[in-house]
Amino acid sequence: MSKISIIIKREYLSRVKRRSFIISTFLFPIFILLFIVGSVLIAVKSKEIIKIAVPNDSFLKASVKSDSSSVLFIFDPSVDQTNFDEKGYTAYLRPNRDSAASKNYTIISRKQIGLESMGDIRRQLNKAYEDKLLLQKNIDKLTLDSISAASDNAIKLGNITVDKGGKEKEANAGLAYGIGFGSGLLIYITMFIFGAMVMRGVMEEKMNRIAEVVVSSVKPFQLMMGKIVGIAAVGLTQFLMWIVLIIILSSALQLFIPAETLHHIQDVQQNPAVGQNAALATNLMNAKEKIVGGAQWGVLIPCFFFYFLGGYLFYAALFASVGSVVNEDPQEAQSLMLPITMPIIFSFLILSTSISHPNSPLAFWGSMIPFSSPIVMMGRLAYGVPESVAWWELFLSMALLIAGFIFTTWFAGKIYRTGILLYGKRVTWKEMIKWLRRSS
Amino acid sequence: MAIVELHNLKKYFATQKAVDDISFSIEKGSVFGLLGPNGAGKTTLIRMITGIFFPDEGQIVFDGKKFSPIHDIINIGYMPEERGLYKKMKIGEQALYLAQLKGLSRSEAMAKIKEWFIKLEMQSWWNKKVEDLSKGMSQKLQFVTTVLHEPKLIILDEPFSGLDPVNTNIIKDEIYKLSQKGATIIFSTHRMEQVEEICDHIVLINKGKKILDGSVKRIKQDFKENLFSVGFEQEPSLNGNSIFDLIGKQDHSYVVKIKEGHKPTDVLKYFIQQNAEVLSFNEILPSLNDIFIRLVEGTPVSRQFQKIEA
Repeated sequence: MSKISIIIKREYLSRVKRRSFIISTFLFPIFILLFIVGSVLIAVKSKEIIKIAVPNDSFLKASVKSDSSSVLFIFDPSVDQTNFDEKGYTAYLRPNRDSAASKNYTIISRKQIGLESMGDIRRQLNKAYEDKLLLQKNIDKLTLDSISAASDNAIKLGNITVDKGGKEKEANAGLAYGIGFGSGLLIYITMFIFGAMVMRGVMEEKMNRIAEVVVSSVKPFQLMMGKIVGIAAVGLTQFLMWIVLIIILSSALQLFIPAETLHHIQDVQQNPAVGQNAALATNLMNAKEKIVGGAQWGVLIPCFFFYFLGGYLFYAALFASVGSVVNEDPQEAQSLMLPITMPIIFSFLILSTSISHPNSPLAFWGSMIPFSSPIVMMGRLAYGVPESVAWWELFLSMALLIAGFIFTTWFAGKIYRTGILLYGKRVTWKEMIKWLRRSS
Repeated sequence: MAIVELHNLKKYFATQKAVDDISFSIEKGSVFGLLGPNGAGKTTLIRMITGIFFPDEGQIVFDGKKFSPIHDIINIGYMPEERGLYKKMKIGEQALYLAQLKGLSRSEAMAKIKEWFIKLEMQSWWNKKVEDLSKGMSQKLQFVTTVLHEPKLIILDEPFSGLDPVNTNIIKDEIYKLSQKGATIIFSTHRMEQVEEICDHIVLINKGKKILDGSVKRIKQDFKENLFSVGFEQEPSLNGNSIFDLIGKQDHSYVVKIKEGHKPTDVLKYFIQQNAEVLSFNEILPSLNDIFIRLVEGTPVSRQFQKIEA
């Protein structure tokens, strides 16, 4: 057995055998679930309702309708801008002198109104003004109401992508957004978890003073690579366990649910008059089919593993080099880690904008440059290959990532080799650059 | 025949010449002392001999051939001064891991570990973790992992630091036994009394340069100051003489320094003529400690950082 595989084996087994590995494997999905549920709950709960007191304004009274649940217009002639909060209103709408082209209002409030709520208010006032103009053109109120009732949600907008050969494909922006953001987020989180694991492992070896014992038997580079590969195997094991967990859970669910659901679906097919529950069930079935059939899982899953591994390898060696220069002081690690964590965080920011604009130049370059490509490319890939990401883009990005991690590993190896044997000395970036230039 | 020959080794770091043109050779089967004050360059020198560092200049010959770290590592056992073990790993597994990294197969390693554990009464440790061991115990384990693969060259950097006298003797005995079996031992330390006891040959380095090289006996002879201690029944009175100077007086004995051109017998003759009853007559050789201090003194205690143009 070669020496590096002995190291890989130790790094892998010593982590997988730990109780915390088993626990974290089961807790992580629960944690993610709680995170999602929690953020949804917070978003729902924190939606503030803005009650706006409106003075006697003939035009508004006639036509403003409180269509959004978060903004309420209430007509109360007794309110002015000094007493609105005593009477339970969030804000007061003050009409200003109108110009020829616009009607001017000012919202007076104790606290600043949020951007989104301001938009809501403006949209509703606009709509009211539009209605007023229509009424002035002799369209009677009844017609107007029937038109707005009919136009409400009357437009259904779909998106089909078509390639040059004329092959059509239904696009599902919502699904792509979900998959892209989810997988990008997963790579982002795991990169931090496993990168930090590599760094801590290296720091442990240095602080325990075992590093010198080991490098008298193997090359420092072998020790570093052994650790990186061993921890990558730990990461892959964890992913595999999650996949198995999901399969077991979903088949367990099917074991308990199917009888009733299937009955419902059959009922629907035979008897269209069965109530809404059945319709809901078929809707759910359709949604499931859409998720299973609507995404290119055959491309996405292999790409996910590639970008997870590539991104991990790109950053792990850098984390290892930071671990190798740190002495006892954990704060040192914090400041040295910053140049590595910044690009990862920055890639996540690129992901969150490029997920809405997958074909923008920012998204393109973000998915090419190896610093950010593992996270950003996952966001773009969900919109489809080759519809959104051409094959050549995908392969170029992959090639760049491979070249990138070979470079960072080489670079980090040089720092690691010197740093691991240096005790009790604070290392500056300047010195590390010097180590790079030394040949042997 | 030499097991290690160093030819003009140099290793410069950014701020100091850690090893600056050092050459010496180490005889096969000898116990060799590598001495020097803190920061003299001992560890850097050893790291080059163990293949951890490449020398900037110079050559290392190992066992008659040019030193090749990859092939010769199996023949070297190195216990660094900064040593440690994986705290959470079981002791048996740890010894097995380190032995396999040296290149032993699993079964070979297992057999040798068992043998050593029995020899040093460590059998009950196998499933314990390193964090459960005392400092002395983990040092013992470290020694075992260093010599387990029966290397031809064993390098021990401050092997007794932090050990109590009992454990020091156990390890010392094992070092003797290994030396008798033909292993060469390099012993790096700044504790002179241990060197005097164990080593055949020493090299003293200071500030990256070799300042002394020779057998312990030879060096003591070279640095002797012609001091003798003479013991009497009743001290005679001295009225000045041309043969020696009186250096010190103790109960019933004098320490004398023989002047240039005289022999020890001249001193004895002188006292006999004085009708003094001489009970003992011994040469006082300098201890390595004295020599060490004499040579290193006068140079700044700690190394100064300097700019290296390389």
